[in-house]
Amino acid sequence: MSIFDKLAAAQADETPADETEADGAPRPTRRALLQVGAVLGGGLAVGFLVPVGKAAGPGTGFAPNAFIRIDPAGKVTLIMPQVEMGQGIYTSISMILAEELDADWAQVSVDHAPPNEALYANSMLGMQATGNSNSIRAFWTPLRKAGAAARALLVQAAASGWSVDPASCRTESGQVIHDASGRRIAYGALTGRAAALKPPTDPPLKTPAAFRLIGKPIKRLDTPAKTDGSAKYGIDALPDGVKFATLAHCPVLGGKVAHVDDSQAKAVPGFRQVVVLDNIVAVVGDHMWAAIQGLRALDITWDEGANANVTSAMVMERLKAASNSRTGYVAKSVGDVGKALASDATQAVYQVPFLAHATMEPLNCTVHITPAGCEIWTGTQVIGRAQKTVADVTGLPLDKVIVHQHLIGGGFGRRLEYDMVTDAVRIAQHVDGPVKVVWTREEDMQHDVYRPSWYDRFSATLKDGKIDGWKHVLTGSSVVARWLPGAAPNGKDFDAYDSAADMPYDIPNKHVEFIPEEPPGVVTGFWRGVGPAHNVFVIESFIDELAHKAGKDPVDFRLSMLGKTPRLQAALKLAADKAGWGSPLPANCGRGVAVQPTFGSWIATVAEVEVDAEGEVKLRRMTCAVDTGIAVNPDTIVAQLQGGLIFGLTAALYGKVDIEGGRVQQSNFHDYRMLRIDQIPPIDVHVIPSGEAPGGIGETGAVAAFAPLANAIFAATGKRLRSLPVDRDILAGRKPA
Amino acid sequence: MASLNVNGQVRTVDAPPDMPLLWVLRDLLKLTGTKFGCGIAQCGACTVHVDGAPIRSCLMPISALEGRQITTIEAVGTTPAGRKVQQAWLDLEVIQCGYCQSGQIMSAAALLAGNPNPDDADINAAMAGNICRCGTYVRIREAIKSAAKAV
Repeated sequence: MSIFDKLAAAQADETPADETEADGAPRPTRRALLQVGAVLGGGLAVGFLVPVGKAAGPGTGFAPNAFIRIDPAGKVTLIMPQVEMGQGIYTSISMILAEELDADWAQVSVDHAPPNEALYANSMLGMQATGNSNSIRAFWTPLRKAGAAARALLVQAAASGWSVDPASCRTESGQVIHDASGRRIAYGALTGRAAALKPPTDPPLKTPAAFRLIGKPIKRLDTPAKTDGSAKYGIDALPDGVKFATLAHCPVLGGKVAHVDDSQAKAVPGFRQVVVLDNIVAVVGDHMWAAIQGLRALDITWDEGANANVTSAMVMERLKAASNSRTGYVAKSVGDVGKALASDATQAVYQVPFLAHATMEPLNCTVHITPAGCEIWTGTQVIGRAQKTVADVTGLPLDKVIVHQHLIGGGFGRRLEYDMVTDAVRIAQHVDGPVKVVWTREEDMQHDVYRPSWYDRFSATLKDGKIDGWKHVLTGSSVVARWLPGAAPNGKDFDAYDSAADMPYDIPNKHVEFIPEEPPGVVTGFWRGVGPAHNVFVIESFIDELAHKAGKDPVDFRLSMLGKTPRLQAALKLAADKAGWGSPLPANCGRGVAVQPTFGSWIATVAEVEVDAEGEVKLRRMTCAVDTGIAVNPDTIVAQLQGGLIFGLTAALYGKVDIEGGRVQQSNFHDYRMLRIDQIPPIDVHVIPSGEAPGGIGETGAVAAFAPLANAIFAATGKRLRSLPVDRDILAGRKPA
Repeated sequence: MASLNVNGQVRTVDAPPDMPLLWVLRDLLKLTGTKFGCGIAQCGACTVHVDGAPIRSCLMPISALEGRQITTIEAVGTTPAGRKVQQAWLDLEVIQCGYCQSGQIMSAAALLAGNPNPDDADINAAMAGNICRCGTYVRIREAIKSAAKAV
């Protein structure tokens, strides 16, 4: 059953969706409404209103499905099943709905969807979740149908009022128009009559030639409020009477609290109370400063537990041992690899480290538990799971748990977890009144869920200048096995080998195998670019090695094996052309290239770098060509690739979480470095026109950064980097590669 | 009790003298546009103006601010440079998640107020203290140049 079928079934009784759930249960009426003044052309708009406490139901009006509300004044409210964390999804989803609805874009505002898996589940993830670059892919068709169905009802309502054939009417900018009689009527005036009609199940959709919004660089709906400080993130929630808390976990991963002496903390101005749980200590105060100072003043004795001897080097040794001694899940097997690799195989081992998310908005959640229920305020990629953990901790039924969704100040996968919600609710159980729990940056970095470290073994052979045999054994943590229990049995983790099992090259003999090996004590999670961020780096680096071994130009070598993926071939040709591939460069400079078949988008990227005698890498230029099918909002696609490349380049140049004695060593931006504006080169993104179904884009830029950078460094220095981050000592010759 | 001049208004708060301005703004005055990012002046998300100069409010004790004019993102649009920067940010669609952008805009507005025609080196010097995890730097640079050209 598709999501559209589900919502059609749910709405079959024509009851406004605002008032009941699919199962008839009452829906939370107190929730944060988010209204965005939408103005085309970049003018300042009215900003975000958060009328917390008001009933959200329209009372009167037209709510043909879970995504669309039209009030009698003509205001169109679109309900966002996916959360906005910078990727521009509120605008893109609104464009898709408004396109088929033929809404007046200036009258469109958006509202966060409440938790409701029946209405808002992401069909590609099987739950209400935002991730894996699949918002547009999952919702493209359902949202178009939702918009078209609503439009059909409005046309029918107008036509019956005029006693004309609905087929003789058209729609434009929030009006139904009957050209033959010159009559027109605004959608708002039709809401009463349209609400009484039964939605069609298979409304006709526009042809792309008729699109008025899709394909245009429409201004984002969320940015005006983000320029004047009025946008509200979870960390900005201030319910009446709120107190402020910050917390500490055991510095050793997985450790517990043994003893807390709070005698000094009580002297801190604004201090209110200490909350001691089995694995957390929190201090509550009149403001965050009191909480921070109070926490610093505590004398905490920790029970370090079983992980006090864990190091990141030990984790990598375990991966290596597993890689060399175990067998795993064979994700791809083609031809006869044993025979193809029988002689003169080129071999290489690649390694990548744990990475932190370091979202700019530190983890937080505000909680108010009352005798009647529990409200939380947070920005989450998994609103249904957030609601459920509140219910689990408090013992409340789901319908007594209200989740106020917020804009997210950086997700990158960290907010696909709900530990920050669970912790905050457990703390709030000991606090009278609402409490906002905010993690310090240090706590956020040292108690992240980390991008797994990986150990990859390759062997390959060449024949007639192309790859004949290819074996890739990847060993690391299965994030999916933890995050979605049961979805990755025996290493069948689609994310772990995404873009490895389905690498785009035409290779006759191929074997790809994933050996899951969990790091002791370290919880691993999704990180922007997910599986492909690791796989495309190691694969495209090793492909580059093979190109040089074959004596071929890296672009030509790839093109010769991409005959079965013409879209990727075209992207590679365009990127190489735009980057000036092959043109002369100054000394110590080089270009590197890589391609990726990820998230339904076909992308080729060229990096150009200079490496100095000290091993410092200067980024000179990045060039990217992307075929993502129909580009719903081409400016968003350019922005996502510009930003995603910087996210990936940051990790490639600096990203590494070290664990010593079970403790994460990095703590803040001084030792977990970020690229800054003075290091950023020109980044050119070329969007290839396409009529194919839209692909995903949010993850792709991060994926695209690593391999072109490493390959460009090789071109500049002759030094092949088989581990990350970039090691300046190797590049400066102070250490062997 | 401490007295502060914030966005043209005198505000009295019950706060210890060593309390950083950031938490006074966010938690006591409910001016949440100024953001907490790192707490150690490494990221710039908490940037505000004190007498027109950009400072990191996360480390600035309020005891140092008596008699000084504090301007936050909520009011920077009342200054010519701030207004131009905000408009350029919209025109060039700089923002993604937006969490760092209050600080970016405050740093850029201070730059333009003191240097109406900054070159790349000026932009680097003024903006390198502001981290953007979404990687909007390319557009930030373009927007500052665009704002500088705006009348």
